[in-house]
Amino acid sequence: MATKTQEVEAKGGQSRHRSLGLSDDQALRIYEVMRLARAVDERMWLINRQGRAPFVISCQGQEGAQVGSAAALRPGQDWVAPYYRDAGVILWFGMTAKDQMLSFFARREDPNSGGRQMPGHFGSRRLHILTGGSPVATQLLHAAGIALASKQRKEDAVTAAYFGEGAASQGDCHEAMNFAGIHKLAVIFVCENNGYAISVPQSRQMAIPNLADRAAGYGFPGVVVDGNDVLACYEVTRHAVERARRGEGATLIEAKTYRFTAHSSDDDDKRYRQAEEVATWRQKDPIQRYAKYLRESATLTDPVEKDITERVDQQVDEATEYAEQAPDPTPDDLMTFVYKQGTVS
Amino acid sequence: MAQKTVIEAIREGMDEEMARDPSVFLIGEDVGQRGGVFLASDGLYKKYGELRVIDSPLAESCIVGVAIGAAVNGMRPIAEIQFADFIAPAMNQIIEEAARFCYRTAGDFSLPMVIRAPWGGGVHGALYHSQSIEATFAHIPGLKVVAPGTPADAKGLLKAAVRDPDPVLFLEHKRTYRLVKGEVPGGDAVVPIGKAEVKREGTDLSLIAYGLMLTYCLEVAEKLAAEDISAEVLDLRTIKPIDQAAIVATAKKTGKVLVVHEDTRFAGIAAEVMAIIMEQAFDALDAPLMRLTAPDVPAMPFNHVLEQAFMPNADRILHKAKELAAY
Ligand SMILES: Cc1ncc(C[n+]2csc(CCOP(=O)(O)OP(=O)(O)O)c2C)c(N)n1
Ligand SMILES: [Mg+2]
Repeated sequence: MATKTQEVEAKGGQSRHRSLGLSDDQALRIYEVMRLARAVDERMWLINRQGRAPFVISCQGQEGAQVGSAAALRPGQDWVAPYYRDAGVILWFGMTAKDQMLSFFARREDPNSGGRQMPGHFGSRRLHILTGGSPVATQLLHAAGIALASKQRKEDAVTAAYFGEGAASQGDCHEAMNFAGIHKLAVIFVCENNGYAISVPQSRQMAIPNLADRAAGYGFPGVVVDGNDVLACYEVTRHAVERARRGEGATLIEAKTYRFTAHSSDDDDKRYRQAEEVATWRQKDPIQRYAKYLRESATLTDPVEKDITERVDQQVDEATEYAEQAPDPTPDDLMTFVYKQGTVS
Repeated sequence: MAQKTVIEAIREGMDEEMARDPSVFLIGEDVGQRGGVFLASDGLYKKYGELRVIDSPLAESCIVGVAIGAAVNGMRPIAEIQFADFIAPAMNQIIEEAARFCYRTAGDFSLPMVIRAPWGGGVHGALYHSQSIEATFAHIPGLKVVAPGTPADAKGLLKAAVRDPDPVLFLEHKRTYRLVKGEVPGGDAVVPIGKAEVKREGTDLSLIAYGLMLTYCLEVAEKLAAEDISAEVLDLRTIKPIDQAAIVATAKKTGKVLVVHEDTRFAGIAAEVMAIIMEQAFDALDAPLMRLTAPDVPAMPFNHVLEQAFMPNADRILHKAKELAAY
């Protein structure tokens, strides 16, 4: 059964979050995690530009899509398969600024990889955050497999898999969606469509304007959502989660968004996009936009904002201080965990 | 002759081949407007247009598979894999298809195509931007594997690869891109595939290497000279077909051989080089064959301590070479 792509309108009103079933506290918690993701990211760029760490890859601009979708899931029970930009997702799922900084400085204590992987390669079995390597789109198949296991064991966990629109060109993406469609798996494919894969624009990636239209070919719904509207992202994901828990299968969500920074600290985005374009999108900053809404709905007041800012700044400061001082791995650490048990040489 | 970097040599090589032969084209991720993530194709999109410098979708299987089809139909594609580490989605196309077209049709089809891929570490690239893939592909009959270490060889071998009737995996060590400078002859200087080169003559021992390790071995040879040890440095340049005659010649000349590579140890290129020497120069040996390689762990980690522990470097090569000299 092919399903048509729906467009979700941002409905106005001053109590949108309440009509979505979010308490004021929950709405503020979403805001705080977005702020934290942004603040950690900004600090990483600063440190990178000072030459104190070699690499950063950014979530900036995409926090709405990330936290909005993750907020519709149950951390620790549901699963997420994030990609490298998804700081907002992993913070919502229980990682901390300190974890991020330990990974950024590649310290021994880095919970993702013990300093083995680049920053942005998240993973924690305890937190139900799937480990990711660098090859794009591989996680989509893993997510289908995780959801298959949930179905086999009759558990109600939902798995959300995140990826960029560029990654959608990989065969793995097609294979994962096809499998999830066949078996009506409780997977939510969340594409953070930021218009570019490094320098390559969407028009060189696919001949259609909406990736979500592909869902029809897999027999599940596709939804286009404004990725910079965090509440809209929450809403469509919640619908997808409910559908998945009812046993009706997968959903493809395409969150239209934009990355504010270059692809990574190794990229120069002036080579392929106009400064005006970036400036226009910065006007649509998902954090500022949400803050404006929260103020208008009288949820976010000056004292509350001040508290949040203090907490965020403190977490970033403490995380940075801690991680920068934390010990590196030792050369002996190179040889461990090639296998779960024993060594082969 | 002009001093150039490896990346400049590669860019010039592609440019000259595209100018010379309209059937040559480039396809890969970010190769167009951006000029490639390492700027290997900077300026080519403007010069040759979007039908000859193609920004592909983010799909390596697509890049190589489409290149195969174009090669069947009269073109000479250069397929760029952004990092060698991301060649895996194209493995099926390369190993099962490209490498077998000629054999499975008893020579009816052949594929004049180049697959370029930046490889190697020492750039904080971590597990997925540092890998060495030469041994994996050198094991596959039907493929040629080239790994130049100098600007002149990079340009000359790229030209040879483009003109070759068979699929060539052209490996560019990303650390050498801007680190290694050298003279590049003008004109149409083709370096033949399958020929190693003695980059420094010596009599006491031989260092055999390729890629970035060549640079380190030359450094080490200089240091050894200061201690009155005369080291010969053989640059393989082509991994497959490997230059057996050159390997055997240097082994017979010095009687002591150290093979160095950055790839992991088990079933690596060093093992093949050592087997060739055992088969063809055993009588000439004055010491056990030695090799210095990365250890058998899945890939090079990000943290600098671990990265350094993984990569062979000049100090370690020097140490090992002295051990060999003293044997
Ligand atoms: C299989 C594979 N090929 C190439 C790369 C190199 N690479 C890393 S990110 C990227 C672009 C990804 O674009 P998209 O999926 O749209 O995500 P975005 O970075 O825009 O969020 C590329 C080409 C990779 N990581 N994996
Ligand atoms: Mg993108």
